[in-house]
Amino acid sequence: MNAPVILDRRRVLAGGGALIVSFSLSGASAQDQAASVPAPKPPGSLATTPYLDSWIRIDADGSITVFTGKAELGQGFKTAFQQIAAEELDVAFASLKVVTADTGLTANEGYTSGSHSMQDSGTAIQNAAAQVRALLIAEAAKRLELPAENLRTADGAVVSPDGRRLGYGELVAADMLHVQAQANAKLKDPATFKVMGQPLPRVDIPAKVTGGAAYAQDMRLPAMVHARIVRPPSYGAQLIDCDASAIEKMPGVVKVVRDGNFLAVVAAKEFLAVKAMNALGAAAKWKETAGLPKQDDLADVLIKLPSQDSTIFERSDPSAVGRKTIEATYTRPYQSHGSIGPSCALAQFSDGVMTVWTHTQGVYPDRAGIAEMLKMQPSSVRLIHVEGSGCYGHNGADDAAADAALIARAMPGVPIRVQWMREQEHAWEPYGPAMVTKLKASLDEAGKIADWNFEVWSNTHSMRPGGAGCMLAAQHMAQPIAVPAPKPIPLPEGGGDRNAIPIYTFPNAHVVHHFIPAMPLRISAMRALGAYHNVFSIESFMDELALAADADPVEFRLKHLDDQRGRDVIEKAAQGFGWQKGEKPLPDRGFGFAFARYKNLAAYCAIASEVEVNRETGRPRLVRAVAAVDSGQVVNPDGLINQIEGAIVQSMSWTLYESVTFDDTRITSIDWQTYPILRFDAVPDSIEVHIINRPGQPFLGSGETGQGPAAASIANAIANATGKRLRNLPLTRKRIKDAIDA
Amino acid sequence: MMILTVNGLTHQVDAEADTPLLYVLRDDLKLNAAKFGCGLGQCGSCTVMVDGKAVQSCVTPLVLLEGKQVTTLEGLGTISEPAPIQRAFMEEQAAQCGYCIAGMMMRAQALLQSNSKPTDEEIRAELQPNLCRCGTHMRILRAVRRAARLMDTADASPANHGSTP
Repeated sequence: MNAPVILDRRRVLAGGGALIVSFSLSGASAQDQAASVPAPKPPGSLATTPYLDSWIRIDADGSITVFTGKAELGQGFKTAFQQIAAEELDVAFASLKVVTADTGLTANEGYTSGSHSMQDSGTAIQNAAAQVRALLIAEAAKRLELPAENLRTADGAVVSPDGRRLGYGELVAADMLHVQAQANAKLKDPATFKVMGQPLPRVDIPAKVTGGAAYAQDMRLPAMVHARIVRPPSYGAQLIDCDASAIEKMPGVVKVVRDGNFLAVVAAKEFLAVKAMNALGAAAKWKETAGLPKQDDLADVLIKLPSQDSTIFERSDPSAVGRKTIEATYTRPYQSHGSIGPSCALAQFSDGVMTVWTHTQGVYPDRAGIAEMLKMQPSSVRLIHVEGSGCYGHNGADDAAADAALIARAMPGVPIRVQWMREQEHAWEPYGPAMVTKLKASLDEAGKIADWNFEVWSNTHSMRPGGAGCMLAAQHMAQPIAVPAPKPIPLPEGGGDRNAIPIYTFPNAHVVHHFIPAMPLRISAMRALGAYHNVFSIESFMDELALAADADPVEFRLKHLDDQRGRDVIEKAAQGFGWQKGEKPLPDRGFGFAFARYKNLAAYCAIASEVEVNRETGRPRLVRAVAAVDSGQVVNPDGLINQIEGAIVQSMSWTLYESVTFDDTRITSIDWQTYPILRFDAVPDSIEVHIINRPGQPFLGSGETGQGPAAASIANAIANATGKRLRNLPLTRKRIKDAIDA
Repeated sequence: MMILTVNGLTHQVDAEADTPLLYVLRDDLKLNAAKFGCGLGQCGSCTVMVDGKAVQSCVTPLVLLEGKQVTTLEGLGTISEPAPIQRAFMEEQAAQCGYCIAGMMMRAQALLQSNSKPTDEEIRAELQPNLCRCGTHMRILRAVRRAARLMDTADASPANHGSTP
């Protein structure tokens, strides 16, 4: 299968009814492999979707389309992918079109999550584009009767030394790109990059700043109607009575849909649907059960729940002996994704096919869930990703898609648009899980860490669909589908234990993950998963230890870190900030530092910050932050800076303000008054992001790398400013004031 | 039937008097920029201008708008001929998901129309009602400052799109 073949006499092997064409173009791959040795897999998502034409299509008119199974969520990678493809194909950036996640068109790349898009899809597109370009050169070589190495590519054409040009559209033949990718494509030398590495403007921004149709919320299908859901008032509430007859007579109301505890109303116009939803909500009588834990004892409740315990890291060196031991417990509450736009989806059930337009992060897994809920074949369900409001993980998107599909099934042929209300998004989204960490460490006589103990208690960090039971509509139907048993996300990426293993080198270390299956509140994936709290804990505790060792926090970290790229970002952030050992901040101000490599395998990020604390009120304010990031080969530096700036600001909001609230029955944080987040008065004076580019190195996901370091950097600066260590998130004004007054 | 003037055009709108302006803009007039965020006047993603002042359209009933001039982001400029505020947001790349951005821009536009040289503190105070969840705030502030400079100079016309003041 891997023997090199000449293109003009491609060896076509019949296999399983499909044409599988094996080819090889790069010189380096000309080694024959023994038939028994499995071929190395091509990189990124090419490993699971190897055909080049799954990624790149060239039409006879020369137009080029790039396909990705990932969803643009506002991270800007659609632009980055276009840069990658333009670079490796040698075409103008503007001449390409990128198509994102659609079960009818693109590869199955699972979820757009875990900072994987560049690594999975970006790598696949880069390697596919390089191989497509090589195929085009080979075809031109054949037609021009010239050696391939004498040809070059420029602006969408292969060019011969005497100036003859063959456009890509002329060269491409019917099945030419329907070949499997090789593992070892010859990529361009980064020194020659013209498009990659440039801060090109994002392709999606012009429409977004001029009122173009940019979101699922903006879609208007012909003859579309508007639906609103009446959700139960609390988890597990049962609908015991609902006389909808008056609502069905309201102006514009088309239908009331009831299926068990699933209740929705459909109207010709949107505001009529909202009014009817309010009336239907008033008519519905529910039986509620008090089943929520005590919010004030949340950490205690979590630790006492049954857990599955595993030691995930162990290192022992009896020669290192601790002399001074400290311990600390850190906690994180449930926190909301808090998308600004409540979730929205459109669905239409026509000719036996259910089509759903959704801002889900995973069109294929979500399709599986919707197909299961509707008892349809997945092949009869198509999910098309359309951008929504930023999600930062698993918010209400998938649930809204299921809502739309369930209503659309009840109204064949009619396009249905569902949008959630603010209080529905706040009350029903699956939250970032509450967590507890307990740390204990000892310093040796030289002030180095001799032993390190870390325990984390957490739920899973993904209850994403795949199974229909993860979707509210399926849970609420008359014949409900049970919520599937939660599973921990395996290491090395991890869920609750993401970044629980320290990146520092300690002679003795012991890390335990207490996985808690019971989920008192509905939870799932939120940006950075467990890494947010684990890095907050580790990096806060590193400062506690540095203080105990009377050491500078930056020096103390470097003293325990062998990873050179990690050291480089720490030094870069410290330098950019002007970090001086022993420097005293202005009165009521503090300096803080923190560092992590996301998942211990993605981008590196170090953040130094300066915080001001009002001692009278306890109010903290981030004055400035300086970050350094290494995410391997940079594709769009401005896009990367935007992600890190956003991570710092968002993490600051989580860290200083945010906590889901509840009584014994209901969620009580149901809007922006009851779940306050950062506003402009708290925005720092400046944020600086320094990039350490690594030309030719693999892309390292960077969308989530800032969350943990930002939290710990701010916490450390507050401790530096006040002399008080706060270990329970969020670090609210009241908690700071209480600590100052204690 | 109500009469409503939006972006200089007068419309006869078949909606009840209590209908919030936001739904009329999106559902009746098929305009995209003003967004539903909360319906409670808490987030600002629905912000438009009424007689030059920033207004949260999700809590402004149609009945209050007779004889008034409503301006939405669509009324300021287009992709090919962007208004200074639109140019500024493009040039600063001041968006991530962008869902809040139209509301931010309308509030900033209203500020700049009444105060062409706002201080940084005045910009922050003005934008206080508007929420952004992606953390794009630093860029939004930069874009508003850039828009102020663009509106203040004679070369604010779309023809000079490439220039960087």
